[in-house]
Amino acid sequence: MIAPPTPTATGPRLLDGPAAEEGREPLEAHSARLGPRQPGGSWLLDALEESGLRGRGGAWFPTARKWRGVAARTSDPALVVINASEGEPLSAKDRTLVSLRPHLVLDGAVLAAESVGADEIVVYLSRPFRAARAAIAEALAERRRAGLREPLIRVALVSHDYVAGESSAVVQRLSGGPAKPMFTPPHPSERGVGGRPTLVQNAETLAHAALIARNGSGWFRSRGTPASPGTTLMTVSGGVHRPGVYEVDVGTTVAEVLDRAGGAVSPPAGALLGGYFGSWIGPDGLLSLTLDAEALARRGASLGCGVLGVLPDGGCGIGETARIVAYLAAESAGQCGPCVLGLRALADAMQRIARSDAVPTDLDRVRRWARLIRGRGACNHPDGAAHHLESALDTFADHLALHLAGVPCPASLRPSLPAPRPRRRWR
Amino acid sequence: MAVSRGDQRLRLNPILCDGLGYCAELVPELISLDEWGYPIVDRRPITDDRWLRHARRAVAACPRVALSLAEADSSERR
Repeated sequence: MIAPPTPTATGPRLLDGPAAEEGREPLEAHSARLGPRQPGGSWLLDALEESGLRGRGGAWFPTARKWRGVAARTSDPALVVINASEGEPLSAKDRTLVSLRPHLVLDGAVLAAESVGADEIVVYLSRPFRAARAAIAEALAERRRAGLREPLIRVALVSHDYVAGESSAVVQRLSGGPAKPMFTPPHPSERGVGGRPTLVQNAETLAHAALIARNGSGWFRSRGTPASPGTTLMTVSGGVHRPGVYEVDVGTTVAEVLDRAGGAVSPPAGALLGGYFGSWIGPDGLLSLTLDAEALARRGASLGCGVLGVLPDGGCGIGETARIVAYLAAESAGQCGPCVLGLRALADAMQRIARSDAVPTDLDRVRRWARLIRGRGACNHPDGAAHHLESALDTFADHLALHLAGVPCPASLRPSLPAPRPRRRWR
Repeated sequence: MAVSRGDQRLRLNPILCDGLGYCAELVPELISLDEWGYPIVDRRPITDDRWLRHARRAVAACPRVALSLAEADSSERR
């Protein structure tokens, strides 16, 4: 007998079911826990719209609008891409979800395919995510053995690059080219992979859609905020006792997220919210900050892909930012001059500032270059890096002044966040 | 300033552009170069006939075919 879903008021939704230590939930357990699902269709587009679900890949774009855009294209059979490339170094939520609940993600993709008229699904995964790759391979074998009637599902591997998950890079990679962004690409919903209408959707978003299809939009809206309903996965790193992936209500406070991660190891000196394209938040009001779109937009921030990097007491935000900008400079796809050269120049100047070895004009140049490179790449890579950098200069203005005055800062050499490894490679 | 029908604006493909810089010589009214030699393009509609002539010449002169004229009311963001 199939048990009805038992949503709890505060418990996890995506990560409900067996504990993380038990690993991947098999198809049988998944079906028994969640019950049967109806085939997707226009009813699901309506349900998604009522649910207010927004994309969890970072842009928080309304999911129903994205699906409708693809459904409206009836020229060719469409294609659905499960985007689990997760190039953001501080994020682990998509690979965690795919490793633990592959069938929930796959259900969401099948529902999307049925709703937008797609006959093929591609799981777009980063090559180094071995656990996620194994989970998907086993899950696909289980689904074949169970004889599920669903579109062809194949796996495409991509190198773990920062820009590889950008939707035009996904389309170009799956069309046989490099995983690099394109200049003013036709929108994937119109002409995506191989010219077909393509839905590129983040893995977590698809899992939410699979639950909305089973439980309804009212159930989804019973958590989160009216403008950003539901729960969301967050990757917490840095100065907390238990770094990891946690499912929280959208609109919860930073303090609650820190509690879930075992508490802060010391009063935070700040936090990086939203990932490398995100914003630094200073210590004032950090703990009471609510993680909903409106409150964050007022501070020029965003939840992005759900990253919270906690800078512990005594950590140096300038040093962290110098390392991150160096990484982003190395991760430029190498296509656009202002991105390649501008980020390299910014990284060099930030490194001098972090070492308290800046020349007097460095700060002015950093500020000018950050403005100068915005909007001048084919994708938003330079804009995201500039946004991050400017938020660090503003948030840590007092500490920055010490660096500029030449006061040595040993903390700047000690990474508090998991340190990115800039790659040197031929270009 | 209202965008009227038929107005054109400059559009740069940053992937094709190699920063050769001819465009900034030919239409300095609309294009300057950054310190790495890459063009900073004024994307507003071109209303001055002389500037438009210069812009056409710059488009024709770009060896990388990175520069073009686009409808000013098109939704493309670059």
